[in-house]
Amino acid sequence: MRRSSTRKSGSAAAVNPSSGSSYAYRSASGKAVSKEVERIDNLFYTYADASSGLIDPEGIESFCSDLEVDCTDVRILMLAWKMKAEKQGYFTLEEWRRGLKALHADTISKLKKALPELEKEVARPSNFLVFFSYSFRYCLTEDKQKSIDIESACQLLELVLGSQYRLQVDKLVEYLKSQRDYKVINMDQWTSFLRFCNEINFPSLDNYDEELAWPLILDNFVEWMKGK
Amino acid sequence: MSMHERKTIDLEQGWEFMQKGITKLKNILEGLPESQFSSEDYMMLYTTIYNMCTQKPPHDYSQQLYDKYRESFEEYITSMVLPSLRVKHDEFMLRELVKRWLNHKVMVRWLSRFFHYLDRYFITRRSLPPLNEVGLTCFRDLVYQEVKDKVKDAVISLIDREREGEQIDRALLKNVLDIFVEIGLGNMECYENDFEAHLLKDTAAYYSRKASNWILEDSCPDYMLKKVQHELLYVNASQLLEKEHSGCHGLLRDDKVDDLSRMYRLFCRIQRGLDPVSQIFKQHVTIEGTALVKQAEDSASNKKAEKRDVVGLQEQVFVRKVIELHDKYLAYVNDCFQNHSLFHKALKEAFEVFCNKGVAGSSSAELLATFCDNILKKGGSEKLSDEAIEETLEKVVKLLAYISDKDLFAEFYRKKLARRLLFDKSANDDHERSILTKLKQQCGGQFTSKMEGMVTDLTLARENQSGFEDYLNNNAHANPGIDLTVTVLTTGFWPSYKSFDLNLPVEMVKCVEVFREFYQTKTKHRKLTWIYSLGTCNINAKFEHKTIELIVTTYQAAALLLFNASDRLSYSEIMTQLNLTDDDVIRLLHSLSCAKYKILNKEPNTKTISSTDVFEFNNKFNDKMRRIKIPLPPVDEKKKVIEDVDKDRRYAIDASIVRIMKSRKVLGHQQLVMECVEQLGRMFKVLGFFHIVLPDFKAIKKRIEDLITRDYLERDKDNPNIFRYLA
Repeated sequence: MRRSSTRKSGSAAAVNPSSGSSYAYRSASGKAVSKEVERIDNLFYTYADASSGLIDPEGIESFCSDLEVDCTDVRILMLAWKMKAEKQGYFTLEEWRRGLKALHADTISKLKKALPELEKEVARPSNFLVFFSYSFRYCLTEDKQKSIDIESACQLLELVLGSQYRLQVDKLVEYLKSQRDYKVINMDQWTSFLRFCNEINFPSLDNYDEELAWPLILDNFVEWMKGK
Repeated sequence: MSMHERKTIDLEQGWEFMQKGITKLKNILEGLPESQFSSEDYMMLYTTIYNMCTQKPPHDYSQQLYDKYRESFEEYITSMVLPSLRVKHDEFMLRELVKRWLNHKVMVRWLSRFFHYLDRYFITRRSLPPLNEVGLTCFRDLVYQEVKDKVKDAVISLIDREREGEQIDRALLKNVLDIFVEIGLGNMECYENDFEAHLLKDTAAYYSRKASNWILEDSCPDYMLKKVQHELLYVNASQLLEKEHSGCHGLLRDDKVDDLSRMYRLFCRIQRGLDPVSQIFKQHVTIEGTALVKQAEDSASNKKAEKRDVVGLQEQVFVRKVIELHDKYLAYVNDCFQNHSLFHKALKEAFEVFCNKGVAGSSSAELLATFCDNILKKGGSEKLSDEAIEETLEKVVKLLAYISDKDLFAEFYRKKLARRLLFDKSANDDHERSILTKLKQQCGGQFTSKMEGMVTDLTLARENQSGFEDYLNNNAHANPGIDLTVTVLTTGFWPSYKSFDLNLPVEMVKCVEVFREFYQTKTKHRKLTWIYSLGTCNINAKFEHKTIELIVTTYQAAALLLFNASDRLSYSEIMTQLNLTDDDVIRLLHSLSCAKYKILNKEPNTKTISSTDVFEFNNKFNDKMRRIKIPLPPVDEKKKVIEDVDKDRRYAIDASIVRIMKSRKVLGHQQLVMECVEQLGRMFKVLGFFHIVLPDFKAIKKRIEDLITRDYLERDKDNPNIFRYLA
């Protein structure tokens, strides 16, 4: 993956979005890169809100429709991950640049083509865990928020694990919705869900050991499963 | 002699004739050559008796014949039977006895046939024992009584020989034992007293000798052989135990303490012989205890719905019954089971099972605390002498040992103690201190430290009060014009109370000010928080007929004083002016307008308070007393107590986990849990807190997760079963 080498040459100019001026990166490949950046930035501004300088939910909606991908599609989430976007529903210029440059996509059509490759990349085990944790953090909308409500957690599970672990997700979602002990899911529990799907035989559950450090919610889930 | 003539038979003559027949019988029994009795012989003998009994006086010889009948046996036994028995010993003697007994029964059969007519009329008329019984009694009185000890010894030595592996004549044994039974004439006493008791004693002695011998001597194979025999007894032992009526269950059920003692002595000599006995004992006690719980549950479910939350009479009765049950079976352990630790353990485990079952929604911890409260408070439902109270308190504290939620008990107890102390409801200071001492001995100092602090606070408060009074005397301007008593409590000791910002009546505001000033002179470092909800007030109410002094709580007083300024006040006006919550306002207004004493009139005059009600001072109220107390029922504390205790437990576990992780830095899950359990167990023994039912992994797991969320700990990146401490 090509990276920009601004820092090394140390001659980056300050960014001034309102002026709309492009600026040059000095890098090993010279001209081609700066054109790319210019196109990426321009693409950004077609969706961004003028006053805030960010792409907001409305912008994202039109972006998605251009991409011909539903905005609740997991691939948007993957894009956000690639961008390392911090706030759900918003993209900053920096994030946008980061993501599109990494994908070598400076137009909508190139982006569309890059999506399958992105899916494969996310699916690699080393990346998937990172993506999985990311997806949880992405849902924390408030400042000090550390957990998400059961309903949202179930939706997220569906989105990120549904295709890979259909049966587990179905059962887990059923359980989460029926139990009363927990009203929210925290990060620790969230990451354990993935670990559970990866490691535990389903639906036999024969290698599950509740004396290990599995979160209590999973102990209860296993008990519930065995009781059925 | 012709049968048709009814010539009077003379006694001697007739008896001579009978004697011939009797002699013939004896000869037959002795084995001497004799012909059998023909029917004619029999008829003749029978008829002779008949005639002699039916002759006219003075020739009706019934009585004499009856006596001679008996004398026949006596003579025979004395001359023939006893001598033959005396010369024989052991097994030979037993054989002779059996033979003689059989002979005797034959003799009785035949003679009573001959003399049968006596049975028809004579014995009933004179209420005398029938012929059969007379005959058997002779044998018993003359033979049995003399030989029974020898017989018993011979039998036991026979049995011992069998135990040693010899073949013995079991039929003989059975026959001899039958004699013991039959001779009782329908009563088992002879068998039990003359034989069985001795056998059991001997059996125990025998096996005890054996056991010690076996252990002392032996080569392996020999020992093994004896072990097999031993096992046989052990197997039989369990059968003995299981038997419905005389088995252990039955003995316990029927309270047969002597038999139980005997059983204990027998089984304690067998290796592990007491295990099954103690198991049965434990089962039995558990069943009885659980039945008590069920009983209490049943009667509680018949209670009216609105009284459900209140611990009522039935629950108190339940506690009493549990105490009685404990007394009873502790006595068994001490007496029948000789204080053996196995049985102490069985008793403890049984009680732990059912003592932790609540009744009607109230935990056993709460029931015990309420029971104590009833004994210790004035006007409680238990009216007992000082000694009885001490004894009962002692027993309640013992029961506490079986309750796992001891900290819950402590909290309930503390709450009720607070009420007793603050509302002057404690009946006797000595008892209060005494139970605290007992609790301290049982559960440790930490358990009672807060409660002791509370009691001390009250003593200090009294001293403080006299200091306050001096202050008032010396500072006339400071006097609020109302008699004020303030009790200063140390926060840490007392249960937590919410302090609401009650709008104090003007008169009371000055009181508070004055005390604050006084307190400042004593110490500047402490902050006073006023808990008006716990105060009481004596106010004079001027009714039309007369002035009555009302003893009320501060809240009630504040409400009443509002009516000095207004004749009529609505619910909302009262609430606004007092600045209390709906709950409090409803409760206090109810006590003043819908309860026993209607100090306020309510419109509409319904039995409950609603927010649209309007209130008026009831000028026409009257009572024969000059001073009445208007109680304000307390808020139900149950939920809060349970919440508080749960919170404390969570803190304790959290603190333990953090402590461990802080020192270890990195630790695996299982190890963390184990160390936590161990630490808590140690700590709780000292503090007297609840005994975690091991392993309560779940509770600890839950706390670990919470600590992760609060960033005290994190999971290791590579191994999620390992935790790291986050500084």
